[in-house]
Amino acid sequence: MVKKMDIFWAFVIGGAICVLGQLLIDLTKLTPARVLVFFVVAGCVLGGLGVYERLVDFAGAGATVPLPGFGNLLARGVKEAVDERGLIGVLTGGFTAMAGGVTIAVVFGYFSALVSSPGMKE
Amino acid sequence: MTAKNYEKLVKEASPKSAVVLNSAKAFLVGGAICAVAQVLYSRIEAMGFSREDTGIMVAGILIVTAILLTALRIYDKIAKFAGAGTIVPITGFANSIAAPAIEHKNEGLVLGVGAKMFAIAGPVIVYGTVTSVIVGLIYYFVR
Repeated sequence: MVKKMDIFWAFVIGGAICVLGQLLIDLTKLTPARVLVFFVVAGCVLGGLGVYERLVDFAGAGATVPLPGFGNLLARGVKEAVDERGLIGVLTGGFTAMAGGVTIAVVFGYFSALVSSPGMKE
Repeated sequence: MTAKNYEKLVKEASPKSAVVLNSAKAFLVGGAICAVAQVLYSRIEAMGFSREDTGIMVAGILIVTAILLTALRIYDKIAKFAGAGTIVPITGFANSIAAPAIEHKNEGLVLGVGAKMFAIAGPVIVYGTVTSVIVGLIYYFVR
């Protein structure tokens, strides 16, 4: 069952994180690339502290879909890997957690470049 | 008039409304992407998949959709309107991989497509990975 309140909070929190990004772009000299890096690092740190997971419980996709959610995914992955494998997990956890998403983006990005031609910008 | 005074005057005169409007657009579009993702998440999890696998599937659907829209030159048009609303969600990460790969295709499949693909995604992965190792190390010693 899709709960209406879950969708509402995903919308509100996800939108709010995007507003934060927009304000960083508009009001500071941060470029979009730097904002993305900042968000991933911030999400990973908050994830490491266990704070971000509470936002995920509350807002679902509103917290996992924006880039801080990507950082939190890395933190969650590395903690689980450390629990399972100790110090080796420190090395494998982050990459393992992002493997699915990054692979999909790289593979489809690659084939999209093969089939479409550049310079069609208006 | 000194340069500092001038800067102050410009700052006072430039409309705050642009910032408010940009934020409203980012809120609506970014929020909408997350709301759609939440519906996907609930539907897929209800089919009996684990939380982790559901997360990968939802991210996959969003990423593939964003890359298709990028190749069709539609994502850029939405991004012009929505700003951070389309940059901050995972769809923006996918767009940041596909768009330069397509744009630099003429520079070759290796140094064009292969390298330029990571112009923005690269730094995100680098800083994410480094942070995750630091988090992992600290967690190892304090858990």
